[in-house]
Amino acid sequence: MATERKAAAPDVFQILDRDGKVRSDREPKVPAEDLRRLYRGMVLLRHLDERMLRLQRQGRLGFYMTSTGEEACQLGSAYALLADDWIFPSYREPGVAFWRGYALKDYICQLLGNAADPLKGRQMPVHHSVKSIHFVSISSPVGTQIPQAAGAAMAARIRGDKNAVITYFGDGATSTSDFHVGMNFAGVFRAPVVFFCRNNRWAISVPYSRQTASPTVAQKARAYGFEGVRVDGNDLLAVLVVTREALERARSGGGPTLIEAETYRVGSHSSSDDPNAYRDTQEPKEWQERDPVERFRKYLATKKAWDEEWQKQIDGEVQAEVTAALKAAEAEEKKPPIESLFEDVYADVPWHLREQRDALLGYLSRRGPIGGH
Amino acid sequence: MPVMNIIQAVNDALRLEMRRDPRVVVLGEDVGKFGGVFRATQGLQEEFGADRVMDTPLSETGIIGTAIGMAIYGMRPVPEIQFSDFIFPAFDQIVSEAAKFRYRSGGQYPCPMTIRTPCGGGIRGGHYHSQSPEAYFVHTPGLKVVIPSNPHDAKGLLLSSIRDEDPVIFLEPKRIYREAKGEVPEGEYTIPLGQAQVAREGTSLTVLAYGAMLHTALKAADEAAAAGIDAEVIDLRTLLPLDIDTVIASVKKTHRVVVAHEAPRTCGYGAELIALIQERALLDLEAPIARVTGLDTPFPYTLEHEYLPDAGRIVEAMQATVAF
Repeated sequence: MATERKAAAPDVFQILDRDGKVRSDREPKVPAEDLRRLYRGMVLLRHLDERMLRLQRQGRLGFYMTSTGEEACQLGSAYALLADDWIFPSYREPGVAFWRGYALKDYICQLLGNAADPLKGRQMPVHHSVKSIHFVSISSPVGTQIPQAAGAAMAARIRGDKNAVITYFGDGATSTSDFHVGMNFAGVFRAPVVFFCRNNRWAISVPYSRQTASPTVAQKARAYGFEGVRVDGNDLLAVLVVTREALERARSGGGPTLIEAETYRVGSHSSSDDPNAYRDTQEPKEWQERDPVERFRKYLATKKAWDEEWQKQIDGEVQAEVTAALKAAEAEEKKPPIESLFEDVYADVPWHLREQRDALLGYLSRRGPIGGH
Repeated sequence: MPVMNIIQAVNDALRLEMRRDPRVVVLGEDVGKFGGVFRATQGLQEEFGADRVMDTPLSETGIIGTAIGMAIYGMRPVPEIQFSDFIFPAFDQIVSEAAKFRYRSGGQYPCPMTIRTPCGGGIRGGHYHSQSPEAYFVHTPGLKVVIPSNPHDAKGLLLSSIRDEDPVIFLEPKRIYREAKGEVPEGEYTIPLGQAQVAREGTSLTVLAYGAMLHTALKAADEAAAAGIDAEVIDLRTLLPLDIDTVIASVKKTHRVVVAHEAPRTCGYGAELIALIQERALLDLEAPIARVTGLDTPFPYTLEHEYLPDAGRIVEAMQATVAF
């Protein structure tokens, strides 16, 4: 069973215990206003996931993936990033994009693959790409972004840029050859990159124990010549501190760091699977005690930065924001123009694609529009 | 004008472009201090330093994966895969990542990079130093595929490839790396991608070839001339995008076609050429289009010259096509 490893092992860095009490002398100094924004960011994510999953169940979305239970990994690490830093994400870090300014409406248009989708309806839902905030395009194969992040960091170092690169992936991705080569290249070239592994214990139906015989992911870093740290991934402050440290090490020429964030995939892998078919139904309930959002709420309460009234206010706000964004997104044209199918394969449309475009447009003009989606 | 071989022309192109554009970096196995196992990057690390000419760990996935990250970040990487037979560990990064980045990001993230790799047989290399993998890459939307047959084109096409906004698979026919010599202009010049060249004008039939096979086709044309066959030989130079106009113009002139390549026959590039020609010029054809290709077997060691099309096989195909 995956639960054989307890999240609170002694070498797992933690600031907030399960009750939101500070148990470390390394509590970061974060302005109260930022603490509240971070909390609100997590509340938004959780609400958004519930709404979008419901939409998928209603048949209004083709597919969805939640990050429920992993909100602190996203917001804590996002807070540590600077504006010039680059992100090579996987599909479970939308909170990082939102923190950096990704608009809810664009997010939902991407899910719908409609005419206002920034990706022009070309990717499955949740495979975002937001250049303005250095949030690089997501692909479905897990792990491919890891050597790419190392390469971007190598490029930053060659250019003398002062920024760093972070890449996110799950525990399943640590089994890929891309994980090995990305870590190896980054170690050899001392690339300014942070490898952020969300060890959420499940890769679809396969538990951590089937990905590796290694007791931890973090210890793998040692073999590549750099440090690996374990952190309580449901403790936003701890995530913030270790990510900030790792980014600063990267920026100052100290090379890469592997962060293993201990967390839990509370929901299914995606809208296409039912975890009750492959894991103990008790397990998610046990993890509720370590819930990152509730823990941070308790912390805010002790800081006098949270009360019931404000909770009601932000609950109402995020609900209204999602409703407004959804309404605006669903008001857009359902499909991108047919011509867009042939754009961006290359910088210019070559003759063979022009020919195929004209043939398809001719056929559709005779047949009438094709349904679907 | 200096006379160079293909290796020297590639080296010259890399050097000139690295001087001109600080975004250009070279990376791969043995490309730095040693200058590459074929010496194509010789002296580059000396001139541009180890940051821009990188000896990498021995992993094609890593070479291409990191090069993609560099390209996304705004560099112009020119990774070398030591032999095209070793490109397959990087296949996922090439076909699922480099080729799709621009498209899947809605045009936000182009991935301009040129993957140089020696290809082809005839060097006693066995399975793993001899193959011709062009069809896999031509089949992948988002990639361009280039293969020069002489030093002049190697330099001009490589400069165009590095400056191109999209990922390019730049195949270098290693059998003629040193054998094919010719005059190469000093300084920068480019040969646009997507332009074929008529290597030999003729009227009896058209032979379509590329890379090392171009030379075999020219030899065959000379031999066939003795038998009264006046062959036109076209060097395709870029396989994708193909210069279809030059091909069809020649077919309409000669009405007969032979396609030659080293790669295996089934679903080889020749099959695509034949499909394109029959779609556009069926009624201009006086004979079925003949294919002279490698075999649908793994590439052999001892019997490689039996495997590879030689001038004789091309001549026989030419004769049969003319006699049809």
